[in-house]
Amino acid sequence: MSDPVTALNHLSSGDGIAHIAEIGPLGMITLRGDLRARAIQAAAISIGRVEFPEMRHCNSAGENGIAWMSPDELLVMCPYAEVGEALTKMNTTLAGQHALAVNVSDARAVFQVTGPYLREVLAKLAPVDLDPGVFTPGMFRRTRLAQVPAAFWMRDDQTAQIICFRSVAKYVFDLLCMAAQPGSEVNHF
Amino acid sequence: MDKMLTLTCPCCNVTAEETEFHAGGEAHLKRFGPGSSDDEFESYLFTRKNPKGVHFERWRHNNGCGKWFHVARCTTSLEVFASYPAQTYAPPEDILVHIDTRRPGWRAKT
Ligand SMILES: [Zn+2]
Repeated sequence: MSDPVTALNHLSSGDGIAHIAEIGPLGMITLRGDLRARAIQAAAISIGRVEFPEMRHCNSAGENGIAWMSPDELLVMCPYAEVGEALTKMNTTLAGQHALAVNVSDARAVFQVTGPYLREVLAKLAPVDLDPGVFTPGMFRRTRLAQVPAAFWMRDDQTAQIICFRSVAKYVFDLLCMAAQPGSEVNHF
Repeated sequence: MDKMLTLTCPCCNVTAEETEFHAGGEAHLKRFGPGSSDDEFESYLFTRKNPKGVHFERWRHNNGCGKWFHVARCTTSLEVFASYPAQTYAPPEDILVHIDTRRPGWRAKT
């Protein structure tokens, strides 16, 4: 087995108004099916190890979690080393169901933006209302960051986690650094 | 009035400006395929209403949940009257009635 390598080798930047770091690799499984079906929920929970999320929410704990992606899609997260076994287990739980589970871990890049200005950094890049009274920790949003699709949630008040396609990892990292460049506080929120 | 086109996706309830979405053209077209006349086929492919005012459109939440849906809006003011599910051949009656209150007499113009 070769060692897993993330897109940017954990590139980080602490120069600006927020700290930006590539993290991972993380285990990520796209699960599609009827989200009301008990077998789908059970398959997600057995790997994600958190409560089943509400619409547009993500429940996470450490490297585990479940994100609501669309009315028929979840992103189930687990440690990278466990994803192969997790997928096998999931497919066993889903036997006979109209469902699809795919390991997308190596097709994604993951970033964390931390610090008191993280809302401003994201608000400069996404058409999302990041007012603290509107977008709260635990909510999950699929959107775009400048010109590419991305998804994010706030793990807590000071930590946002961002998922994008691996092929645009450097673009997203550079965007985040530009939006967080020193002296760029807007002090809007 | 909003200066930007702001849409709500009925599949995931997200409201965002239009750059999170992708326009899919005029809604409720009837497809003319094999067996249709040349005129019908031409009109299906190329002829669109392009009104100044009330318009029914298809949109996709391409940077969000990925689903297709319908929007009823005004092409001049960018007022959105309603969004509604993709799984219908015609706009729901309650939306037409709502547009009557916002644009009296609009039906005669379409
Ligand atoms: Zn949507």
